[in-house]
Amino acid sequence: MSPAGVGGARVRIEGVHKAFALDGRSTPALVDINLEVQAGELLCLLGPSGCGKSTLLNIVAGFLPPTRGRVLVDATPITGPGPERGVVFQEYVLFPWLTVAQNVEFGPRLAGVEAARCREIAARYLDMVGLREHATKFPVQLSGGMKQRVAIARALANNPSIVLMDEPFGALDAQTREVMQEELSRIQRVEHKTIVFVTHSIREAVYLADRLVVLTSAPGRIKEMFTIKLGEARDRFAPEFTRYESEITRVVKEEVAKVRE
Amino acid sequence: MIRAAALAGALLAWALVAYGNLALEVMNPVLLPTPGEVGALAAVQIRDGSLAHHLTVSALRIVEGFGLAAAAALALGLLVAVSTPARLALEPVIEFVRPIPPLAFLPMFLVWFGLGETSKVAFIAYTTFFPMFVGTGASLLRVDVMLLRAAASLGASRRDLLRRVVLPAALPGIVVALRLGFGLAIFVIVGAEFMGADAGLGNLIMEGRVFFNPAQIVMGALLLGALGSLVNALLLMTERRVLRGRALP
Ligand SMILES: Nc1ncnc2c1ncn2[C@@H]1O[C@H](COP(=O)(O)OP(=O)(O)OP(=O)(O)O)[C@@H](O)[C@H]1O
Ligand SMILES: [Mg+2]
Repeated sequence: MSPAGVGGARVRIEGVHKAFALDGRSTPALVDINLEVQAGELLCLLGPSGCGKSTLLNIVAGFLPPTRGRVLVDATPITGPGPERGVVFQEYVLFPWLTVAQNVEFGPRLAGVEAARCREIAARYLDMVGLREHATKFPVQLSGGMKQRVAIARALANNPSIVLMDEPFGALDAQTREVMQEELSRIQRVEHKTIVFVTHSIREAVYLADRLVVLTSAPGRIKEMFTIKLGEARDRFAPEFTRYESEITRVVKEEVAKVRE
Repeated sequence: MIRAAALAGALLAWALVAYGNLALEVMNPVLLPTPGEVGALAAVQIRDGSLAHHLTVSALRIVEGFGLAAAAALALGLLVAVSTPARLALEPVIEFVRPIPPLAFLPMFLVWFGLGETSKVAFIAYTTFFPMFVGTGASLLRVDVMLLRAAASLGASRRDLLRRVVLPAALPGIVVALRLGFGLAIFVIVGAEFMGADAGLGNLIMEGRVFFNPAQIVMGALLLGALGSLVNALLLMTERRVLRGRALP
């Protein structure tokens, strides 16, 4: 396990194939994915629904073994999940028997961090996602967007060097979503984590990404890769921003159209 | 409030039917005891202490039998949840024995464990074990894999997963299984005490039958109902405390 903390680790996806058994037949979901995410890089994954984005994230997280190929964190092949790879799930997956604060403290508690320090950590990350007043509530008492923010706080509070985020802002309203995007890019400027970020929003991807990968419709292959050279503190209305947006939209649309055919 | 009113209503209905029958003699009034008769009998038995004796004897048997079965169900449920070989070995045996109506075994319990307390306790334990084992085992095994993934990616070891995810996630199901088991214990105590018991609510009812005293039968049944609903209310209360955050607020 690489040391957690400031600074990410490099993720190498080498020749990954994934097939699922469907009605007794093996159906490919991912084909020949080769990808290297640099330490401290934020990589966005885009592609039509069902193209295998969550599957790829699950493989990197260590939840699913690839049918072929392997994933390395720095130089070490992964064999299962680990705390250096934090995950924000598309469906939140909070622990329903724990309060919001206890959910956020879950990782540090496991790591043996003392209780007082755990509370500090929880408070800090709950502040960050704007949920401090909700610390003692249970997940059932939260809206979808609030749950999603708890899930983000929980993953970050464990201080992973790699964060795998599956449509983490999908359930948020447009305003909160932009606030969270700004917050994430601010954290990123300070902590330089390695982030793989799945989204359907091209605007969001252009705002956040250092590099951006578009997958083909199922089975997912790498269709095209973009390096977003917009620097820090991006302006969503700048002409270069819009240029990226429209070009990537064109590429994604080609694939979405294939799904509908 | 509604509950109290409903109970009062049921009592009133019984009184109407019983006293109506007394007046009209639709059937022999001896066969349909009135609330007054049952109350008078209860008063007598409360005063001479026999009612309290029957109640404590039955309650003790229920608690012991249920306690043994619950402990065994939890232990084996856990074993089955953490060890696939244990599950594969235990399942067929339990699935074979489980559908046999426990009453079929009741005579054997008397033969094996004698006429004393042991046979009653063992019979209750035996009967309540199966539903509790199946319930706990299933809830422990059916924990959402996503919760396990979430915990594992936060650094949980196998032990942590069991203690901090599997057990709390399965708790609602386990509590329901225990509640079912307890209900069943009250259900079967009567059967256990029908045969060769010298005290207990089942014995009270049996005595009512043997000496042809319908009021005593009704009193015994009512006591069982009261005991059952009291215990159920207690269990529901603990359930609500244990499962705080799980149900909608
Ligand atoms: N456990 C599984 N068993 C069988 N098939 C699966 C499984 N998980 C995913 N698939 C299939 O793999 C393909 C990719 O699914 P995946 O969830 O990765 O898509 P996605 O790109 O994340 O889609 P979305 O944008 O809608 O979240 C789909 O065709 C899906 O049906
Ligand atoms: Mg997905």
